[in-house]
Amino acid sequence: MSPDTPVNENKDQFRPDDHDTDHFLLTTVVGSYPKPKWLNRAKELYQDDDHEFDAEDWQEAKDDAARLITAEHERAGLDAVVDGEMRRNEMVEFFAHRIEGYEFNGPVKVWGHNYFDKPSVVSEVEYDDSWLVDEYEFTAAASDRPVKVPITGPYTLANWSFNEAYDDDEELAYDLADLVNEEIEKLVEAGARYIQIDEPALATTPDDHAIVGEALERIVADIPEEVRIGLHVCYGDYSRIYPEILEFPVDEFDLELANGDYEQLDVFKDPAFTKDLALGVTDAHVAEVESVEQIEENIKKGLEVVPPEQLVVSPDCGVKLLPREVAYGKMANMVEAARNVEAALDAGELDIERGAPTPADD
Amino acid sequence: MTEYVSTTPGLFPLPDWAKDDLSDLKGHQKHDLISGDESGEIAATYEDARKEVVEGQQDADLDRTVEGQLRWDDMLAHPLAVHDAVETRGIVRYYDNNNFYREPVVTDDLDFSGDVATELETAAELADGDDLQAVLPGPYSLADLATDEHYGDEAAFLDAIADFLEAEASAFPEHETLFLLEPSLVEHAPEDGVDERASQAIDRVAGAVDADVVVQPYWGALEEKVYAHLLDADIDAVGFDFVANREDNLYNIQEYDTTDDISLGLVDGQNTLVEDPEAIRERVDWIYDQLPVSAFETVYLTTNTETFYLPYAKFEEKLAALAEAAELAEVKAA
Repeated sequence: MSPDTPVNENKDQFRPDDHDTDHFLLTTVVGSYPKPKWLNRAKELYQDDDHEFDAEDWQEAKDDAARLITAEHERAGLDAVVDGEMRRNEMVEFFAHRIEGYEFNGPVKVWGHNYFDKPSVVSEVEYDDSWLVDEYEFTAAASDRPVKVPITGPYTLANWSFNEAYDDDEELAYDLADLVNEEIEKLVEAGARYIQIDEPALATTPDDHAIVGEALERIVADIPEEVRIGLHVCYGDYSRIYPEILEFPVDEFDLELANGDYEQLDVFKDPAFTKDLALGVTDAHVAEVESVEQIEENIKKGLEVVPPEQLVVSPDCGVKLLPREVAYGKMANMVEAARNVEAALDAGELDIERGAPTPADD
Repeated sequence: MTEYVSTTPGLFPLPDWAKDDLSDLKGHQKHDLISGDESGEIAATYEDARKEVVEGQQDADLDRTVEGQLRWDDMLAHPLAVHDAVETRGIVRYYDNNNFYREPVVTDDLDFSGDVATELETAAELADGDDLQAVLPGPYSLADLATDEHYGDEAAFLDAIADFLEAEASAFPEHETLFLLEPSLVEHAPEDGVDERASQAIDRVAGAVDADVVVQPYWGALEEKVYAHLLDADIDAVGFDFVANREDNLYNIQEYDTTDDISLGLVDGQNTLVEDPEAIRERVDWIYDQLPVSAFETVYLTTNTETFYLPYAKFEEKLAALAEAAELAEVKAA
């Protein structure tokens, strides 16, 4: 790295030793990835009582899938990888099964014939066994790259459950935040350095951003500085949570913006974006692979908001609903685009005006 | 003497077996949702499921039987979503919930459909003489959930929706009660002028039937002016969501009085905690104590919202709790 390249220590810890350019745009994913078809078949076999496929076989299938998708992320060239959440069925259910105080009463409708086992909190929530340490250790062992750990945030865990036990969802969210904090401590102990809190529920109820902020304070209590904490928020009206979210104790915001064609980009220009921006540069809801050139243009949008040292490159959202080859194509093109933009930055070829939008001349 | 009537605003969850079967038969994508001209196995599955929820209400001893609106994939937007003059576009959020429906875009004249009437006919057969209750979205909410690309302005669109619902309701078989669900009156409260038109639109739809008409807003209390205008409509009862907001609902009744009948949303349609029937009855007493009214002719006891948010088994328990609470209240009143 040349001496005049600005340093972002927290982000630079994920810079590969053999990174070619001075500039480094960390490339990563939000988390979920399409499951291989055979994994779904294995699950059916496991759930079929008449079949010999047992718990051990099912565990092996999940291990294989986690190894496969981690390797697929590496092959795409991502700097920080995830196992594609191969072991997780759904983002609330998975955690609710591991937290004392939750019970399941059956599926409820989300839309059409899409259902989820919305759990009920029936007593005070308590930490039992670790939720994700096994998953992290397995993925870390399967890869030489840094591993990111996505965790469903306490606000979403509270909001997307039936609350039978607490006076309000806020109180429940804070109790859950304490449990998330306990889990992150264990993950850090196991070696994790990159944690992402997913709070899609904030998009529905943006006025609750203060609750999410307070929950994050609890989440990061006593977690070492060098551990990178990101917050993923899905599509919503960002003007209702910005700039307030800059006060949150996180290093990075992972935002869905490609889906809305960067219409909301200006929201983040004033006041200045003081955290790292993990910018969604490929649309997770469109089953068409964007070209490298298109993604380069999208990455440049991020440079209108933050300088290169604060920019992280990521898809809009989890890509699990896309066909797997499309998801891979998006990752691979995204990495290629990021490397091209880094080279252009090194060469001083990019002249992008950053900051508050100025009124148009015409 | 006050009559206590246990009922629901309809829009039930599908029985779990029907969730599975219909997922398999219809699929999970946007274009797999109900079209209104379904037949064969899909129609037969809905028939079986309808039979089950009608019998479920009879077993629970509810005082009104609804069809269950199990086909309403798009929730309250259903009557438009299956209409020929409507295009369904993207998946959009259903109020502030983690639920979604297809955005219905009205592109042509909303002529008579008969979809809901046909459903109600089959429910009437199954109800076998029990008091039937029809359910429709109120005109303001239905207009609010939809997009107009045909009528041009907001007033004309609300008018057209009211005409449409009026014609649909006119075709209903004989029924005891009609619930018009109006959550948008709370969630996206009408502005000055629109509030009056919303009330007139409700009045028109209410006038189409001989039944008692209950207008049920939910997810809070109506703004004062909206409430005052609503009372001008010729309806039998206003519903109050006492789960979401006690204070403002009581204030409205104390300040502006209410209809001769009343609908009390006392059971939470969005939480699995099943209320104790005795506790529901006590809440009725508590509300009475706060009100200037000495007695209502009819008190409907219901969930505050639709019930499709609940797992099926919890939904069944809620129905039983409502029926028992109405019985307890009746005994005490007598």
